[in-house]
Amino acid sequence: MNNLFVYCEIEDGIISDVSLELLTKGRSLANQLKCQLEAVVIGHNLSGIENVVFPYGVDVLHIADDARLAPFTTLPHCSILIKLFQEEKPQIALMGATSVGRDLGPRISSALHSGLTADCTSLEIGSHEDKKAGIVYENLLYQIRPAFGGNIVATIINPDCRPQMATVREGVMKKEIVDINYKGRVNQLEISNYVTDADFTISVIERHMEKSKINIKSAPILVSGGYGVGSKENFKLLFDLAAVIGGEVGASRAAVDAGFCEHERQVGQTGITVRPKLYIACGISGQIQHIAGMQDSAIIISINNDPAAPINTIADYVIKGDIETVIPKMIKYYKQNSK
Amino acid sequence: MVLAKQVPDTRNVGKDAMTAEGTVNRAALPAIFNPEDLNALEQALRLKDQIPGTTVTVLTMGPFRAAEIIRESLYRGADGGYVLSDRAFAGSDTLATSYALSCAIRKMKNIDLIVCGRQAIDGDTAQVGSQVAEKLGMNQITYAEEIISLKKNIIRVKRRVEKGVEVLEGPLPMLVTVNSSAASCRPRNAKLLMKYKYARIPNELQASNEDYTTLCNSRDFLQIGEWSVNDIECDPAELGLSGSPTKVKKIENVIFQAKESKTFTTSDEDIEGLIQELISNHTIG
Repeated sequence: MNNLFVYCEIEDGIISDVSLELLTKGRSLANQLKCQLEAVVIGHNLSGIENVVFPYGVDVLHIADDARLAPFTTLPHCSILIKLFQEEKPQIALMGATSVGRDLGPRISSALHSGLTADCTSLEIGSHEDKKAGIVYENLLYQIRPAFGGNIVATIINPDCRPQMATVREGVMKKEIVDINYKGRVNQLEISNYVTDADFTISVIERHMEKSKINIKSAPILVSGGYGVGSKENFKLLFDLAAVIGGEVGASRAAVDAGFCEHERQVGQTGITVRPKLYIACGISGQIQHIAGMQDSAIIISINNDPAAPINTIADYVIKGDIETVIPKMIKYYKQNSK
Repeated sequence: MVLAKQVPDTRNVGKDAMTAEGTVNRAALPAIFNPEDLNALEQALRLKDQIPGTTVTVLTMGPFRAAEIIRESLYRGADGGYVLSDRAFAGSDTLATSYALSCAIRKMKNIDLIVCGRQAIDGDTAQVGSQVAEKLGMNQITYAEEIISLKKNIIRVKRRVEKGVEVLEGPLPMLVTVNSSAASCRPRNAKLLMKYKYARIPNELQASNEDYTTLCNSRDFLQIGEWSVNDIECDPAELGLSGSPTKVKKIENVIFQAKESKTFTTSDEDIEGLIQELISNHTIG
């Protein structure tokens, strides 16, 4: 009772990274709260899944295994979680900020009348004093997230309602095996106690996972490369950095014309106008046509070995050097310093 | 039924979006139609084009100026709309918002399909749609890119998720939330713009310097519905701050750097220092 729950997403028998990252975070929060970490896996053909989950420090694994539970549809997964949470009364429930977690989470919070905070970038345990009511709450989950287009960072709490629910995007938390021999307990759920036929009214007609469309316009962080990147191979460095810090990759016209990357990524007057929170210009000299398409970015970093590159005049930070040296270091220090 | 929200345009955040004191400069952010709600409106209007007898009604919750959302919808082909506005809703989190919206939707009979944007750009939570569906006991399809068909009460929807696409099918009633990858909304129609230019909610008529009251009263289609908390059946304790389980404990502004640039070398200390600075001011991480 009153433990910390993580909903684990599963696709083709593989638990998604975001769920494993949440188990790792959940374990450390559970240690602080001195409670158990419980996980829920819902799907089909799940035998042996406990061997994947337990090493992350899971004390109890709830398994719902039925042919009708995969692929994911909203209502059956929802019904199972709602009923399970009513029985087990978790104090905290975490799920991935994915198309699955963001589909399920709000429905569950609505049904249980509990607070849900989407896309948290940090989760901490702390206290809160309600001065008006004269109550001090201990061991609350601080749900920290950017809001207002990333212009503010808010700390959200749910003082009275349980579970305290939060979703977190993939890559925000680190995943780490606690103990390869960690052993928890498996709780096989009797499906008929949790779902009804009415939960299965949606049928999946077609399902194919393909490459999604490139969308640099809405990316909050853009790592953009110019002719100075030098080659298509070097562009991979930009993709690596973007993947680590949660951004997309853009390019200047010169880089697109040189065949370093797709036209869909072109920033500038003849490409797409962008206004990200952070624009990292790698080997971009800064022709006016390019600057016109990105000068409204909130913060601009220019990495260039030419100190006289025009882009440096509008950049907030200038790193003088080659991208081959700088980007691997940025990745390294981001990984070391991020939570 | 289309659910739509008026939002500050957080996408066009430039360097002047923050004041010198580091607070949000709301004056620099115009109020706009939430972009994904426009995608949702287009999906609804397409069904209206295909299926005779379909009525598209738009519901928005917010201050009186949110009537602009209804007008913009009318200009594009919606049949009518309502503004749900009351001080009692102030401070609502997503749960209290969805409660108020669901009470308003219950008031309207014969709602078979609710379409709304996946999320609003000022909050990015993607919660209200699903919570409304739950409160109304409706099934839901989120992350829709296209409503492919609606035949004999069965809706077929293409969903775009992180790694691919899915086509789902299910019976009405249904709530569908629409992605920005869906088709853009059609532009305003010139004839409709002329027709609905003076459409107003009662409160706007009272506040306005120009008097359109006579005009609006003589033409039903110019009267936009306005509902307060007294017009919907609801439990006031579930609204506003008291109905919101989540509380904001603390707000920190993301501080934008001065415009003069700092220069770094490729040394490890310099790059680590830069990364730490970016993390500490919440630019990344």
